[in-house]
Amino acid sequence: MSSRDLILSRIRAAVAGAPEVVIPRAYRPAGPEEGRVELFAERVADYRAIVRLVPVEEVATAVAAALAARGARRVVVPAGLPEEWLGSVPGLERLGDDPPLGVTGLDAADGVVTGCAAGVAETGTIVLDAGPGQGRRALTLLPDYHLCVVLADQIVATVPEALARLDPVRPLTWISGPSATSDIELNRVEGVHGPRTLEVIIGA
Amino acid sequence: MTGPGTFLGMPAFPENAEEALADSQLRFNLRKATHTIRGKRASVVGELPDWAELRASAKAVKDETLRHLDRYLLQVEEAVTKAGGHVHWAADAAEANEIVTGLVRATGQTEVVKVKSMATQEIGLNEALAEAGVTAYETDLAELIVQLGDDWPSHILVPAIHRNRSEIREIFREHMADWGRPAPENLSDEPRALAEAARLHLRERFMSTKVGVSGANFLIAETGTLVVLESEGNGRMCLTLPETLISVVGIEKVLPTWRDLEVFLQLLPRSSTGERMNPYTSMWTGATEGQEFHLVLLDNGRTKVLADEIGRQALRCIRCSACLNVCPVYERVGGHSYGSVYPGPIGAILTPQLRGTASELDASLPYASSLCGACYDVCPVAIDIPEVLVHLRSTGPHAPAERLGLKVAGWVLDRPVRLERAQRLATRFRGLVPKKRLPGPGAAWTDTRDVPPVPEESFRDWWQRTEGDTR
Repeated sequence: MSSRDLILSRIRAAVAGAPEVVIPRAYRPAGPEEGRVELFAERVADYRAIVRLVPVEEVATAVAAALAARGARRVVVPAGLPEEWLGSVPGLERLGDDPPLGVTGLDAADGVVTGCAAGVAETGTIVLDAGPGQGRRALTLLPDYHLCVVLADQIVATVPEALARLDPVRPLTWISGPSATSDIELNRVEGVHGPRTLEVIIGA
Repeated sequence: MTGPGTFLGMPAFPENAEEALADSQLRFNLRKATHTIRGKRASVVGELPDWAELRASAKAVKDETLRHLDRYLLQVEEAVTKAGGHVHWAADAAEANEIVTGLVRATGQTEVVKVKSMATQEIGLNEALAEAGVTAYETDLAELIVQLGDDWPSHILVPAIHRNRSEIREIFREHMADWGRPAPENLSDEPRALAEAARLHLRERFMSTKVGVSGANFLIAETGTLVVLESEGNGRMCLTLPETLISVVGIEKVLPTWRDLEVFLQLLPRSSTGERMNPYTSMWTGATEGQEFHLVLLDNGRTKVLADEIGRQALRCIRCSACLNVCPVYERVGGHSYGSVYPGPIGAILTPQLRGTASELDASLPYASSLCGACYDVCPVAIDIPEVLVHLRSTGPHAPAERLGLKVAGWVLDRPVRLERAQRLATRFRGLVPKKRLPGPGAAWTDTRDVPPVPEESFRDWWQRTEGDTR
């Protein structure tokens, strides 16, 4: 008997006659629409990420200001990032991912600018799905600085609402603040292997 | 460490505990860490008005998964295969190690980077790979501390919880050079500096290693999606950069539907690190972004646990470690005393079920508890750990003297008249009962407690004598 058949037959013998289960779902399926953008901004900032909440028409100005403040000049730009977001950045050297950038090239970049697939207000989470303006997963992993633009209509209040919007077949990365660890005396310290600085521009 | 995920040859829990209790540094480290995390957990759990409802759903989702586990595993196999991944089935640790070793050999590589994984620790994968000439590099900060210090893990989430910052600095300074890039000169014991040292030590390794090995927190049956929650970004490195990814996942990690994640993504981070959400969660389905992907489904005793009607609830565990952090026993004796990669309350019910109670250590684990129930209160999937402990005690081996004693007690308590006579007999000969230690086989019982004093008169007799009837 193959191990596959062995495991399956052991399972069938083990649960034979066990009662059927009804799954209650009395938890909140969604949260309030109102105030979710402000809550998102507050919760992202709680993780010690930098947050700029601006009117949507000022996203480009905010991107330029953020990159200037960081001193980021050589920046990874994934395909499909809205052209207008980077329009007003003088002296920017764009690193496209076509042909794919090597790990050393990504590691040496000053930062990466992306959009996202969704934001979750209650948990202060950004979700990337490798779609347009986000690129493959390594692009937001190796550069030490990640600048992410989140638009108000991408923000939902709760985790259940976010999952309903996402496609499980795409590679997904949920990001809640900069890379961190709690492994030393269970205190949270920011800055381990992922980007040590996360900056979020919310266009509302 | 000896043997596959088992601290072989360790004495029983009481002896280990006694030794650990004498280590005041250990008690200080543990107290500080567990109290920090308790406070954080309580505050983020209190934020959710529907915590109780989420917990009830999580319990039911896991029970439903276990009820039809055969069907869901077949669904996983189909979905992962369709998405370009390869699925392997491992009945036990030896088979899982053999599969992974074979897969690594086929790539021609001699090094792998690892994401923190309980399943691979349980099967002793690193040791098996080492025997085959493959070096496994642990990349989670706490696992790195354990690996560099040639130590044992003592906590599910933070395996190096027994080490404080200055001990960690010493381990880095002494051992980082043996495994790769040495620790920076003048390394301080600031957590930020220690994290930076780990970043520098592992960076080259992440960028050059061709094979990654992981576990998974969840495995979605309907889509074949694997989910890994982590904090540091070492997980993303190991899952994303290597050309080949091998994930070893216990069969109980399955969730039936994509939607079920909405429950567990709310419960797990808040229960484990006390955060609203952990910094990074990766989800992928099959071969992703040109990677070769292998999924190894691991039984290794889980189907045996599943067959026990009361004990099977231990398979609901999502390895959050909230039960360790609130346990008064764990806080004082630490994780090593449990002699298993699964310490604390969950370990006390999981280890003896997975491994059996053949060793003295494993047989002693169901007694490593005061049955206070704090673990049950915090468990996000409502595992009634005290219930399982009592169940395991009743089915475990007992000494002949204990069995005889309980038989006698049963006979006496069965009839009021027998109890009355026994009490009078005891009061008459109370002068002969030792004050502190019982002789013979009774000595084991008085090792940890004094003999209770026998009163001059039983309550019933006192009631009669003081005209209780007329009150």
